[in-house]
Amino acid sequence: MKTYAADGVHFVTLKLNGVPRTGLAEPRTLLTDFLRYELGATGTHVGCEHGVCGACTVLIDGEPARACLTLALQAEGRAVTTVEGLGRGAPADGALSVLQAAFRRHHALQCGFCTAGILNAATAWLERVAAGEVQANEAAVRDMLSGHLCRCTGYTPIVAAILEVARPPSVTAVVGVSG
Amino acid sequence: MKPPRFDLLVASSTDEALEALRTRGDGATILAGGQSLMPMLNMRLARPAALIDITRCADLRGLRVERGDLVVGAAVTQMAVERRADLFREVPLLAQALPWIAHQQIRSRGTVCGSIAHADPAAELPLVLATVGGRVTLRGPRGRREVEAEQFFTGMLRTARAADEIVEDVRFPLAKAGERFAFVEFANRHGDFALVAVAVRRDAQGLVIGIGGVADRPVVSRLPLLEGSALDEALNELAWSLGAGDDPHMSAPGRRHLVRRLGRQAVLATVQEHQ
Amino acid sequence: MHRDVDLSRAQAPHVGRARERLEDAALLTGRGQYADDLGVKPGTLHAAIVRSQHAHAELRGIDIARAIGMPGVRAVLTGEDVKRWSQPFVAGVKAPVHYWALATDRVRYVGEPVAVVVAEDRYLAEDAVDLVQVEYAPLLPVTSIDDALAADAPLLHPEVGSNVVSERSFRYGDPEAAFAQAAHVVRLSASYPRNSCTPIECGVVIAEWLPADGTYEVTSNFMGPFSLHAVMALALQVPGNKLRHRVPRDSGGSFGVKQSVFPIAVLMCLASRKAGAPVKWVEDRVEHLTAATSATARATEIEAAVDANGRILALRYDQVDEVGAYLRAPEPATFYRMHGALTGAYDIPNLAVRNRVVVLNKTPTGLVRGFGGPQVYFALERLVDRIAATLGIDPVELRRRNFVRREQFPYRAAAGALLDSGDYHAVTDDAVQAAALDALRAKQAQVRAEGRLYGIGYAAIVEPSISNMGYITTALTPAQRAKAGPKNGAIAAATVAIDLLGGVTVTIASAPAGQGHMTVAAQVVADAFGLVPDDVVVNVEFDTQKDAWSVAAGNYSSRFAGAVAGSIHLAALRLREKIAKIAAQQFGCDAAAVRFASGKVFPAHAPDKAQPFARLAGLAHWSPALLPKGMEPALRETAFFSPEPLAAPDEADRVNTSAAYGFVFDIAGVEIDRDTGRVRIDRYVTAHDAGTILNPALVDGQIRGAFAQGVGAALYEEFRYGADGSFQSGTLADYAVPTAAEIPNPVIVHRQTPSPFTPLGAKGVGEGNNMSTPAAIANAVADALRPVHGEVDVVLPLTPARVLGLIAEAEPNAPAGLKAATTVAGGNPKGGVAIRASGSVDIAAPPERVFAVLLDPAALARVIPGCHALESVGPNRYRADVTVGIGLVRARYVASIALSEIDAPTSLRLTGGGSSSLGTGSGDGRLQLERTAEGTRLHYDYEAQVGGKVAAVGSRMLEGAAKVLLNDLFASLGRQASGQAPLPLWKKLLRWLGLEGAR
Repeated sequence: MKTYAADGVHFVTLKLNGVPRTGLAEPRTLLTDFLRYELGATGTHVGCEHGVCGACTVLIDGEPARACLTLALQAEGRAVTTVEGLGRGAPADGALSVLQAAFRRHHALQCGFCTAGILNAATAWLERVAAGEVQANEAAVRDMLSGHLCRCTGYTPIVAAILEVARPPSVTAVVGVSG
Repeated sequence: MKPPRFDLLVASSTDEALEALRTRGDGATILAGGQSLMPMLNMRLARPAALIDITRCADLRGLRVERGDLVVGAAVTQMAVERRADLFREVPLLAQALPWIAHQQIRSRGTVCGSIAHADPAAELPLVLATVGGRVTLRGPRGRREVEAEQFFTGMLRTARAADEIVEDVRFPLAKAGERFAFVEFANRHGDFALVAVAVRRDAQGLVIGIGGVADRPVVSRLPLLEGSALDEALNELAWSLGAGDDPHMSAPGRRHLVRRLGRQAVLATVQEHQ
Repeated sequence: MHRDVDLSRAQAPHVGRARERLEDAALLTGRGQYADDLGVKPGTLHAAIVRSQHAHAELRGIDIARAIGMPGVRAVLTGEDVKRWSQPFVAGVKAPVHYWALATDRVRYVGEPVAVVVAEDRYLAEDAVDLVQVEYAPLLPVTSIDDALAADAPLLHPEVGSNVVSERSFRYGDPEAAFAQAAHVVRLSASYPRNSCTPIECGVVIAEWLPADGTYEVTSNFMGPFSLHAVMALALQVPGNKLRHRVPRDSGGSFGVKQSVFPIAVLMCLASRKAGAPVKWVEDRVEHLTAATSATARATEIEAAVDANGRILALRYDQVDEVGAYLRAPEPATFYRMHGALTGAYDIPNLAVRNRVVVLNKTPTGLVRGFGGPQVYFALERLVDRIAATLGIDPVELRRRNFVRREQFPYRAAAGALLDSGDYHAVTDDAVQAAALDALRAKQAQVRAEGRLYGIGYAAIVEPSISNMGYITTALTPAQRAKAGPKNGAIAAATVAIDLLGGVTVTIASAPAGQGHMTVAAQVVADAFGLVPDDVVVNVEFDTQKDAWSVAAGNYSSRFAGAVAGSIHLAALRLREKIAKIAAQQFGCDAAAVRFASGKVFPAHAPDKAQPFARLAGLAHWSPALLPKGMEPALRETAFFSPEPLAAPDEADRVNTSAAYGFVFDIAGVEIDRDTGRVRIDRYVTAHDAGTILNPALVDGQIRGAFAQGVGAALYEEFRYGADGSFQSGTLADYAVPTAAEIPNPVIVHRQTPSPFTPLGAKGVGEGNNMSTPAAIANAVADALRPVHGEVDVVLPLTPARVLGLIAEAEPNAPAGLKAATTVAGGNPKGGVAIRASGSVDIAAPPERVFAVLLDPAALARVIPGCHALESVGPNRYRADVTVGIGLVRARYVASIALSEIDAPTSLRLTGGGSSSLGTGSGDGRLQLERTAEGTRLHYDYEAQVGGKVAAVGSRMLEGAAKVLLNDLFASLGRQASGQAPLPLWKKLLRWLGLEGAR
């Protein structure tokens, strides 16, 4: 059994967006603070520290997790995906993924503070859609999105952006009209 | 809001977890999904001297059918159960109730056993366990014991678990032929704690109605197969018997009203031909 | 002021288009620059604030010894330091209300800062906060407007002599005559609750005292108004140029709320001075909800004099705003921001107003999106609804009869607002058409026939934008104003510069928080120079030492589209004129013939002579000698703009409180679920006229966001307080911001009636639905209930609990013989957990024995669960050291307990109170001992209050927790009295086997 003493700092090694990273953390250090200050990945935002607002949502081994309710040490050896890792291509390119581009097109962000968490949760959800686990319709998107508070957009543009990626209109257009 | 200091012990087996619990005693708390515990730590409402993380215990990750029950190990997340392909057939009430619990992003980390052990009066899983007549397996230095759900929940945030025991798994009886289930919840916002939740099991013998969110624990009542005004009378009696109190979110008469109305909705839902 | 450039499509390809935002790529890829993302200087320390757990108490002393001694702690700032290095904040009116950055002699609201711990990180700072011991002597709290106004009310600021810190009455036209001759007088009492727009990012301050320069430097996400820079500087006792305030590029939402960062900016400056190092503070959510800010709660008595045709001849308002514990600048601005437009969209020449501002023991109020509008329109539009019902006139038709007519614009309203432009009737038509109102009414009839509750509600509002900074002086009398000197205007500033490679940069002091200022600025400038917006760089970072700014700078009152974009346009035009002159010289033509398009500059008659914009613009840098005679070299223009019609209030207290006024007409169709009290929005149409639209996507975005906040205010959100002033909405689980599952998709329609007073004809559009939506939904709910329940008193938020109370169907009786469990009296109607319960327990011991236990401290110590020590501090008075808790949540309390009204062995009164890191608790109970065959039946009747952190974050469970604790207490008392001090072995065994059985 591994024991991490309260008054010590301990190494944490994890994969951050595919890159092995190591940092120091106390047992009580929250993953949000570890990502932001220790690893310098400030794309993950902190809105409440009690798991309700969803702004801090990251993916741990592909599953959504509130980073504010996760201890840094719990992420030891895990693969953590943050918003910085969602783009198309290398992070340095700044190229937007299909989902990110849809957000911009639909004006699905204003202040942007809740956006990273939503992008992560939506990414995981879209994978479940692609695997046939969930039906992509507006009700399902709103259900998933209800775990994220946004004060700026009124949610509808976010729903539209996610639905568009889940059910690309071109598919139905191709199927379209025949004899 | 940052947590106070604590030692973190990461167990890789139930035995290790129990040993840690034994040595650390009253000052240790089990950390499973953390979705209930971490907010309390961040707000410094709880100050355990040590946390024992059980999420890496392979022997607590079991999710299987065993002797007529669906057995859910302590490290199994709510989402893992929700995604189980046959759940709607095995434990229909669970399949109906799980989507009501918080949000997907919480269920992907929160555990079924964690919610049971936490025993929030408005939580869905204790209500489901009590209504289907499930059991909690406790493991401690004196060995294993099984506790019926209705004996397990002893009050608000209180259970029959002793300080040196952990919840090893919970067991939901598989649905039998001819049983029908319904789950109805009313919350302020989608995903909020239930103001009133009703779980119903119907079979040829009668109705089992579980009410959550009103008393300090789920309350299960057994009724004959009533309908019409007889059902309403029984629901009224049930509503009054729960000792509803006023709180900032709903008045006592309001809760009784919800018990009557949602109770009726849930019972009627079990009457339908198709499940 | 008229628009200088005709923005037709050909000449202005970018303004008016829904182009994608320049801000988004960075924000979408995690490259935001929010205040907590910025690097800080090495050696920067971190602050945590010690906050009052009491709503009202004398501050007897602070013991910081243990905190200071903790490793990692550098300093603790206390009230003594604050008094030494600063002065109280000035406010909008002069009143002897002393508001310091830290509480000095008294605390007056839960969460009020009492001390600041500065340590090496936030975790350590919070550890040290736990170690600071504060001694309070509680005072009676004032928690409602009625209580504040009562003759015998406790006074928050005794020097004032009353809790009313400002009172003014106004009279326009001849309201008395109008009321005397009116065919109808219709009245309404309206109350508006405390709420806030709670951005997802909370406040952030980084402050540093630079002793060598006598300067304070602050970086924060404060968003203005920068009139408050003066308030901060004065408090810090430095001139305005020795307080440097910087605002980073990104802010995670403000909606007015981050105005409240300013007193903490001052506090952190002082903390830095104490610590001798830069100090950073990142507000957490519990702090933010508890203590940052709130909209004012308002009580309004409003009445209308109405003629037989429904024409409103006069309005009379009697308004009371509670601003919390202190008059915090810019209050009483919530009143006066709206003052000129109190008659709303209606042509009403006679108006009487009485405004009173009270203080009470709650968080100080401030800017919250809508800022005064929601409070006014909730009352006014509910009244209009009631007039329609009373006179039997269709509510839409009634409004039409009273609207200001198109030909009346610009229209001077009774209290001074100059409504600049509009066509209210046409916009109403737009809304009615979009809602298919006839069909909606038919649907309502059908649904009602099925016995369901369906309502249609309306709201018509005038949305003011670009506040006249002089409006706050309306709170003063004309004589006071004359003495103080006039205040007016709304100066906006923008700088456009072109660098030596022809790159265009715009800098503005607009402190955006998501509204897309960069994009709109780029669109405006791109149009001026014939460029594409992607080529224009907009810097919205703000620095009071380097940028052009004035009193009105900042992001509030929806001033960007009208004023700031307007200034950008003016600055760009000036620069364009300059380049045109340079080009004219090059081309040998008139400056008026020079055209800018597609990145090129060319003479109109000879496009083949085109030169790249960048090259021509660069000339001014590289070859100043080529410039026309008399022209200043280099290309940088700063334009200051203040809309013309913004004068100071006149002698008759008339004031044009804003420069531009948009119009919004909303139609809401709702259904109420009789089983649950849920209000479901079935259909929602919102029609807007905000003048010229600069970017339709951004405008719709503002409307959607404001609509969602309006729905929140109408149905979900309220800051709740206990009767003891304890705060009960401290988490986002308790303060119910609606989610995607609660917010429907509104239908939005537009009309553009440009403003004659802003350079681009644009008006603000950001606050409309915060003002209209709560009123429309309230009216819809009233309409739904009207056939069955008549006129109802609608109080927001319309939670299921409230709606079930309004529907209030008769409850079936309890079955006969049902043993009543602990019966609980109704909750405190003023809102709060005064936990009350009464009941009885049977004890197997005679009353004398029970009584003996109660009077014996040694026995009592064993009775009280978790009691470590009980010492006598007087006859029947004790001090107890008790660990109290449920499950994991436990804390050590220092409690005082007193027994009184002792009538042995029959009855006594037990009072107690204590505090711990978790919060405060107090209780008052009466015990009656009745002799029975088995021993004693102990009847109890108690009332308890729980405050502090555990009330803020756990209000849902307080009731239950208190019952558990008291049950434990009585069970323990029973055991003690009947001689079974420890639990018998057999009971322990049963418990272990999980067979304890009945409660």
